[in-house]
Amino acid sequence: MAPVGQACLILALVTCAYGIAASLYGARAGRRDWVASGRRSVYGLALLTSAAFAVLEVAFLRSDFHFDVVATHSSTTTPTFYRAAAAWSSQEGSLLLWVWLLSLWSSLVLFLVRRRLRDVAPYATAVLLGFGAFFTALLVFAVSPFGTVAVAPPEGSGLNPLLRHPSMMIHPPMLYSGYTLWAVPFAFAIGALVVRRVDADWIRATRRFALAAWFFLGIGILLGARWSYAELGWGGYWAWDPVENASLLPWLTGTAFLHSVMVQEKRGMLKVWNVSLVLATGTLAVLGTFLVRSGILDSIHAFGASTLGVPFVSLIAVMIAGSVFLVVSRRAALRSEHRLDSLLSREAAFLGNNLVLVGLAFVVFWGTFFPLISEAVTGTKAAVGPPWFNRYTVPLALVLVLLSGIGPVIAWRRATLANVRRNFLWPTAGALATLGALLAFGVTGSVTALIMFVCAAFVAGVLGQELWRGVGARRAMTSEGPARALVSLVRRNRRRYGGYTVHLGMAVLFVGVAASSAFQHARDVRLTPGGSATVGGYQITYVKPTARVVQRDGGIERIALGAVLDVRRDGRKVGRLHTERGYYPSAAPFASGGLVSGLFEGEATSEVGMKAGLLRDVWTVIQPDPEYLSKVIAGVAQRTADKPVAQQERAVSGLIGVYERGVFPAQFRLLISPLVAWIWLGGLIVFAGGLIALWPAPDAARGRVRAGYAARVAQDLDRA
Amino acid sequence: MDLLAPLIVIVLLGVVVWLVSGPLRTGAGAADEAETARRDDLEAAKEAKYREIRDAELDHRTGKLSAEDWRALDRELRAEAMDLLRRLDELG
Repeated sequence: MAPVGQACLILALVTCAYGIAASLYGARAGRRDWVASGRRSVYGLALLTSAAFAVLEVAFLRSDFHFDVVATHSSTTTPTFYRAAAAWSSQEGSLLLWVWLLSLWSSLVLFLVRRRLRDVAPYATAVLLGFGAFFTALLVFAVSPFGTVAVAPPEGSGLNPLLRHPSMMIHPPMLYSGYTLWAVPFAFAIGALVVRRVDADWIRATRRFALAAWFFLGIGILLGARWSYAELGWGGYWAWDPVENASLLPWLTGTAFLHSVMVQEKRGMLKVWNVSLVLATGTLAVLGTFLVRSGILDSIHAFGASTLGVPFVSLIAVMIAGSVFLVVSRRAALRSEHRLDSLLSREAAFLGNNLVLVGLAFVVFWGTFFPLISEAVTGTKAAVGPPWFNRYTVPLALVLVLLSGIGPVIAWRRATLANVRRNFLWPTAGALATLGALLAFGVTGSVTALIMFVCAAFVAGVLGQELWRGVGARRAMTSEGPARALVSLVRRNRRRYGGYTVHLGMAVLFVGVAASSAFQHARDVRLTPGGSATVGGYQITYVKPTARVVQRDGGIERIALGAVLDVRRDGRKVGRLHTERGYYPSAAPFASGGLVSGLFEGEATSEVGMKAGLLRDVWTVIQPDPEYLSKVIAGVAQRTADKPVAQQERAVSGLIGVYERGVFPAQFRLLISPLVAWIWLGGLIVFAGGLIALWPAPDAARGRVRAGYAARVAQDLDRA
Repeated sequence: MDLLAPLIVIVLLGVVVWLVSGPLRTGAGAADEAETARRDDLEAAKEAKYREIRDAELDHRTGKLSAEDWRALDRELRAEAMDLLRRLDELG
């Protein structure tokens, strides 16, 4: 079926080219039929890329090794669950996933606005199809996922074992959904600038897509952090890795955009800032895609160098140059309708929040690209590490959390002192009480963590007070019970209370980050069975080694050597951990030292042993001592290298027995990390808030009422 | 399989051509569509204005907007909403 997939891609490219021409011609000539035809090209693109993606997925699920990409990224021993995800572990598959998702979101937005924004939509269609054409051209001419070989190899190379984690099924599609959804507001911003219709209409039409982009990108980033913590075996969730940073950049500028558009909607201000932010976010989303696939920056995520550098850099250059030209040439139309009335206003708080977010984005950008910048200037590639990032991002994050508490309760235009007193008195008192309690409990090890806890308490106080007052106001108007009033309040003001929930979740998340960074205890120890080590007040004992062969579809998927450890505190047992190191066969296990050495020459991954709790995680990974182990492996490999496969498999079983019965020493990394669970919990709260804000509002006000206009407005408002 | 692949491609091509050429074959009702588009834009603006009115009221009731400021703002926003309703009625 490879020719079908390839034909779909070629047809998709032709459809994009036609759609761009039809949309632009229709817009210039005022021909609605051509505009509609251009819009339908996007639906056609969705159909064709869906078919192409289906062909690729079927090839992976059937382990059809005639497809090059299947042979190099999957195997018969790869579990079905991961075979389905292996499509996007390859460069070709991930680019196809990108254009497929783009086509789906583009179809959805253009269908929803098919009778609105008649002047803006054709240009937005052309931009979206331009992205589609770029990616399908890459797939047709540079990196086709449908390359085949005449004779299929009997077995594939398998999926990178590091990617065999449930998060990895969802993480890339979430990230790519975020990246591709940002193309939607980007395209409409371009359209609005082209026709000089720069009021808030294009923002309203695409606001839900911008929110969805932020939502999916955030989920993708959080799943990546979870994967890093649970799978990579270093004990952290964020390493300031270039590809992590690349996904964070559009999320930061996108978050800034979601806040500052409210100022434009309310006051007609910050128009230049808003279009610049969304254009930057769209460009950063493409940059993120480029970084993950290019390998130009050293990263655990850059899955191999590629030849796509020139086309991607050209696209990014066109996006930047086009954006700058449009913003500069439309500066008169982008003039603000109002000025900032007071620094003590919500507009000013949003502006402050935007400056902090963009400042964070700048720090992350500079740190990420510093190796390239230093190489260009000095000829030497120098990188900056986590301490450099932390020096700048920690103070900015503290200010951001504080502002997320101030913004929701300060008045638009101008706040009075009475307003400030009324809204900040109790949250400030709550924050100071939290400070007192923390100091009383001896939490004094880190000033920045302490400030973060106090800021988070302030945010929680502000939001609790807002909810309390909102419910009170609702009850006063309707005499509903408290629970019903709360539901009605949130239902009628989803954007507001969804946003508040997001702020609360971010505060919880940052508490987790601060606590786990400042108060983590870590030790690297070498233990033999029966040995113990103490870390952060916990005594950890290596009880016994474990070993097993994991078989799948009649073949050896991996050999896993591990350990069981007991965890005690003050003599009381608090849990038992099991950690393993999994060794996967190399692509050609029988080439040199036979099956035994082949198993240890391939990829290896760590299975983390963890006892997670709301207050702390006890975390460990094992690294069997290579010095002792390699002697045993070399001996067995030498004796069995030229023996039949069945005998080699028996040798592997024997090796397992030797390891289980032996007293081989092993390296362990032991961590006691407080409040890591708060990061995941905060993430869940953030995304619950995102869902509340995304959920469509009731549409009761659509009905038409024959009455005086003032009465009709009042009646519509009552019904919604 | 040899026949199936070209057949699938031809069917997909046919569907896309049929889909894309639809508006050109039937001719989009330009006048009707313009009016519908204008109505949808005004409806969206009306919904946004209603949201602003509700937001301002909630700001007032939760203590972020004084009674005097809220009354002035509410009057202004309701006048804008009434203007949008008037323009919607003019479309028939």
